[in-house]
Amino acid sequence: MKTTTVVVGAGHSGLAVSRRLTERSIDHVVIERGEVANSWRTQRWDSLRLLTPNWQSRLPGYDYGAYGGRDPDGFMSMPEVVRFMSDYARLVDAPIRTGTTVTSVRSEGAGYVVDTDQGRWECKTVVLASGGFNMAKVPELGGAPPAPITALSAYQYRNPGGLAPGGVLVVGASATGVQIADEVHRSGRPVTVAVGEHVRMPRLYRGRDILWWMERSGLFDERYDEVDDVVRVRRTPSPQLVGTPERATLDLNALTDQGVRLVGRLAALRGTEALLSGSLANKCELADLKQGRLMDTFDEWAAESRLDEVGPPERFAPTRIPPSPPLKLDLARGEIRTIIWATGFKPDYSWLDVPVLDRKGQIRHDGGVVTGSGGLYVIGLNFLRRRKSSFIHGAGDDSWDLVSHLARHLDSLVAA
Amino acid sequence: MTTASVDNGVNVEHLLGARQALSEAPEAAQFTWKATNEWLNGTHSRSAVDSYHGLGEEHQHRSTFTFEADHPLVFGAEDNAATPVELVLAGLASCLTAGVAAVAQNREIQLRSVKATLEGSMDILGILGGDPDVRNGFKDVKVSYDIDADATADEIKALVAQSQKRSAVYDIITNPTNVTVEVQ
Repeated sequence: MKTTTVVVGAGHSGLAVSRRLTERSIDHVVIERGEVANSWRTQRWDSLRLLTPNWQSRLPGYDYGAYGGRDPDGFMSMPEVVRFMSDYARLVDAPIRTGTTVTSVRSEGAGYVVDTDQGRWECKTVVLASGGFNMAKVPELGGAPPAPITALSAYQYRNPGGLAPGGVLVVGASATGVQIADEVHRSGRPVTVAVGEHVRMPRLYRGRDILWWMERSGLFDERYDEVDDVVRVRRTPSPQLVGTPERATLDLNALTDQGVRLVGRLAALRGTEALLSGSLANKCELADLKQGRLMDTFDEWAAESRLDEVGPPERFAPTRIPPSPPLKLDLARGEIRTIIWATGFKPDYSWLDVPVLDRKGQIRHDGGVVTGSGGLYVIGLNFLRRRKSSFIHGAGDDSWDLVSHLARHLDSLVAA
Repeated sequence: MTTASVDNGVNVEHLLGARQALSEAPEAAQFTWKATNEWLNGTHSRSAVDSYHGLGEEHQHRSTFTFEADHPLVFGAEDNAATPVELVLAGLASCLTAGVAAVAQNREIQLRSVKATLEGSMDILGILGGDPDVRNGFKDVKVSYDIDADATADEIKALVAQSQKRSAVYDIITNPTNVTVEVQ
C-alpha cells in the first residue's frame, strides 16, 4: 500500500497531526496498535485524572466546549479522556487503522517503508506520534528486592486493592509518585516515599490554577531553542500535581500531613537492604527554591500586566523533612511488602530501524524534525518544541509547525 | 553568556565546552583519580597525589601534592596532622565551594567572600568497637556557608543548593559506593 505520510499512533498528537495533514490535503494513514487513545485506556491506574484543567483540553478545531463539557475547572478521568479523543478522531475523520502494530520503520530511497502486522506501507514521510512514555524506567540498583516483596511499575499499578496488605515503598516523587503514595496511604497501607529530584507546584496560586498561570504568562509557550539548557529541561520530572475535584495541592508537605514517611532517593539495593541517599534536604531545598522562582516570575508578570482578577501574592512553607531521615530500609523485616517504581517513563523505539537514536536511546531531533533522516518527524515528547509539548494542548502548535515543515519537505521532493 | 564585569576566576566557557565535547565522546569522560599512601609511624601516614587518568590519557599534576594524617592526642596518638575524617570534611568543603564559584560565574553573580564551617558528628564507640549498633562514620554532617555576593538571599541559597546537586564529594558522602581493598 502507498500513501504520502504514515502517522504512528492515534493519541492526541497523532490525531492533531492527522487534522493538520487533512487541512493541507496530504494523503495519510494513522496506524494504531490498539484503539484511539490506547495508552490512556490500557496503561493508566484506575483513579488517574489529567493534570490539566478541562478548559485546557483542546486540540486543533476542538475544545472542551465542543466536547460538551460543563465543568471547565475540573479534571478528566481516563474514560472521559478516551471519549474526548474518540470524539475528536470522528470529528477530524482521521484515517485510522486500529489494531495494527508497526513492526519496522526503515528508510528507502527518498522515503520510508513501514511494516505492520497488517501489511506494508510505502510513504514519503513518517510522523512518530507513539508517545514518549511507553515504558517504565526502572533504575539499575545492583539487585532485586527480596521475596516476598512485590515490585511493580506505575504501569502495572491499578489501585490499592491490588496490593498486599502492609507497607509500600513508592520510589519517586514526581506526579506519578505523589499521586500513588497519596492513594495507597489512604487505603491503610503505610507509605514511604523515596524522594529524588522533583518539581514542587501548588494546584492553585493566587486563586487560579497553576497551569492557568503557566499558560497566560507565556511560560508554556517558551520554545526549545530559547531555553538555556534544553537537555536539562527535557529531563525535568513532571510537577507534583494532581487533578481532583477539591483542586488540592499534593506536595510533600501534604503527604507528610497524612502520615506518609519521606526518605532520601533510593540509591542501591544490597542484599535485603535498600540504601537511601543522604541528599533529601538538598532535593527539597532545590524544589522549594525553584517553586519560589516560579512564583516570582508569575508575580512579575501579573504586576506588569496589571492583572486585577487574581488574589494577592502567596509564598509557601518550606518542605518539612524529618530531622534524621533513615539511610537504609531493611526489606527483610516485613514492614515493606510492595515497591512501586514511579521513576519515570521512556519511549519505545524497538521497531524503529532508522539510525537516529543517540547513545541513550533518545531520538536526535531539532524541535521534532528528526536529525539526519529527511521526512521523519517525532511529536509528543517533553519540551519537543515548547514547554507545553507533552501536554494535550501542546499538540496544536507543534502539529502545525511540524506539518508545515513536512509540507515543505514534500515540495522539495517534487522540485528535485 | 558571562559578562566581563563578573569574575570569580572560574573558566565557565571551558567547563561548558567540555560538557558539550564529552557528551559526544563519552569514553573520554571516563576519569580515574589516584592517590598513594605510606605509613610513617603509629597512626601517622602520608598520602601523595601526582597523576590522574582522563580524556583518554595520563595527566601529571603540576607538582606532587602530599597530605598527612594522624590521630589526635585524646586517642593516645601524636597529632602530627589532621585526622582522616577531617580530611573528608575538607574535601567536601572544597568541592562545594568550587561548585559555588562555578555556578555563581555561570549565573553572573560576583562573589566577594565565601566561607564554610563544617561539623561532622560521630559516636566513637563505633570505631572503638564498643557498641555494635553504632556506625563508624559520621552520624551527620552539617555545612554552614557565609557568602557575601551581589545577589539576593534566595539566589545565594540557590547557588549552594545547585553546588550540592553537582558535587562529587557530596554524592560520595550521601550515596553508597562499592569499595574493594586488596592486598598485593
